[in-house]
Amino acid sequence: MTNWPPPLHLVGAWLALVALLVLTVSLAHLPLGAFNAAIAMSIGAVKAAIVAAIFMELRHRDATTLIFAGAGLFWLGILLWLGMMDFLTRT
Amino acid sequence: MTDANYLNAEYSLRSWFFTTDHKRIAILYFASLILFFFIGGAAATAIRIELATPQADLVSSDMYNRLFTMHGIIMVWFFLIPSIPNTLGNFIVPLMIGARDLAFPRLNLLSWYLFMLGGTVTLFTVLAGGIDTGWTFYTPFSTLYSNSYVAVAVTGVFISGFSSILTGLNFIVTIHRLRAPGLTWYRLPLFIWSLYATSIILVLATPVLAMTLVLIAVERLLGVGIFDPAIGGDPLLFQHLFWFYSHPAVYIMILPGMGVINELISCFSRKAVFGYKFVAWASLAIAAVGFLVWGHHMFVSGQSLLASLVFSFMSFVVAVPSAIKVFNWTATLHKGSIHFDAPMLYALAFIGLFTIGGLTGLFLACLAYDVHATDTYFVVAHFHYIMVGGMVTAYFGGLHYWWPKMTGRLYSEYWARTAAVLIFFGFNLTFFPQFVLGAEGMPRRYHVYPPEFQVWNVLSSGGATILAVAYLLPLFYLGYSLFFGARAPANPWNAPGLEWQTPSPPPEHNFDQQPIVTRPPYQYSPDFKAEPQNA
Ligand SMILES: [Cu+2]
Repeated sequence: MTNWPPPLHLVGAWLALVALLVLTVSLAHLPLGAFNAAIAMSIGAVKAAIVAAIFMELRHRDATTLIFAGAGLFWLGILLWLGMMDFLTRT
Repeated sequence: MTDANYLNAEYSLRSWFFTTDHKRIAILYFASLILFFFIGGAAATAIRIELATPQADLVSSDMYNRLFTMHGIIMVWFFLIPSIPNTLGNFIVPLMIGARDLAFPRLNLLSWYLFMLGGTVTLFTVLAGGIDTGWTFYTPFSTLYSNSYVAVAVTGVFISGFSSILTGLNFIVTIHRLRAPGLTWYRLPLFIWSLYATSIILVLATPVLAMTLVLIAVERLLGVGIFDPAIGGDPLLFQHLFWFYSHPAVYIMILPGMGVINELISCFSRKAVFGYKFVAWASLAIAAVGFLVWGHHMFVSGQSLLASLVFSFMSFVVAVPSAIKVFNWTATLHKGSIHFDAPMLYALAFIGLFTIGGLTGLFLACLAYDVHATDTYFVVAHFHYIMVGGMVTAYFGGLHYWWPKMTGRLYSEYWARTAAVLIFFGFNLTFFPQFVLGAEGMPRRYHVYPPEFQVWNVLSSGGATILAVAYLLPLFYLGYSLFFGARAPANPWNAPGLEWQTPSPPPEHNFDQQPIVTRPPYQYSPDFKAEPQNA
């Protein structure tokens, strides 16, 4: 068997995700108008970063892997960009 | 007696169904794809019989909807997308780059099991009564109105998507990590470049399909408003998400075919592919720009005019790298020593049919003409020229080219050429009349039509009969060769690629010694002899 170190960082990351989830839910109840969505998205982005860096172990990976991971994000951007282009300019 | 090879190493069922050998997994895929091809083909046959007369005589409207839906779903996801990557690619990629296997052999086997599971679920839909949404699953029909087995069919396609992702991932890692010593990127055969580009699309686009299909199920089963405006959804969102995957999926289907054509044109012209770097980068350009054009499926959907203009422009741009390839293949033929062996006949047919398919695609990229042609047989003819005239022809070409390597047997050249010629004529007779029908305004997806369209429909159905016979022929002469064909030498075509420098069929671990690559691909001496990449 491979000798695994105890996955303390995984537990920590999981706890951080749960804490951020609690934060999202509680902040959603504040009457902030459009800021509610902005706050929820920002917290979501932080969560995604935690998943990418710690669960997907991207912080230990070489440049090629990071390029491929970044490509996923970039292509998601294409989907949102060209999709929004229709949505925002529809008559 | 033949030497030990991957086929005679072990005979038990277990040694096949639990194999991690890329060559055996390729054969598993090959056998499964034959099955799906003939199921999808049977649906097409029923459609063409029905359309031979203007009135309904074979099936009801409802049954007709289920037939063309099943034809589309099976042919797209269970034949065209896996066809070249999972059979020829699986078999040839490690051999071509001098590797013992793909980077993740077990993932490769898992990919086949997921594919079969997805296929079984989809076939269950057929037995249960079918699905009537068309292969595109457009909302709101698929989420609100259809009374057929939408959720089940969508689940089948969803599962098969993971098989695609695993295959793409496997190829990307393999091509990065397992190239033989000396095999630099610019020494890779162009088949590898095109599969690399295909894999990138598989990995980047398929997840979007998966999530779109889940969203259909969520709206249909749980009533959450995603696409239905009455409960807060956006009716065009589905089309955006679906075509974000499905236009690039067209390139998943055609890029591997283009890859095969490079190998065939070069080998049977006894010349290096003209403009190697342009062809290599054209594959990646197609993969990248192919993601920016999906809105050309939505010109009449109510999408904004700005979006339509941008997608129309990008659709013209994406034609450029494909055109580069066609010009370069033609230039490769120039002053070559051309041999008309069966694989070459398929390759030449591909160039002609793909060019017609590609150019009619430009008609459809024009905003004004597309309004006239949307949902007519013009569109049907256009994409069948790409996917059947292009991809299926390339698949058959590649299959004949690598058949001696895969099976260790030689097939009947006479019958192979006959089939190639019949496919070319049968195909054109089937689909060229559909351009005329579409231009005259016959809509797709109806089983009754005004009598003035009958002449062209009869021609098309007649062509389909020839095409059906031509597609059945290889089953016989290739099947015959498996048992009675002459033993194939290691390099029957006298080609320079690494896959030809090991016995046919290859030993279990592909090469007795690690090949060292010393020169670019496609090198021939002035007297047209192959100069092997590892000599
Ligand atoms: Cu398209």
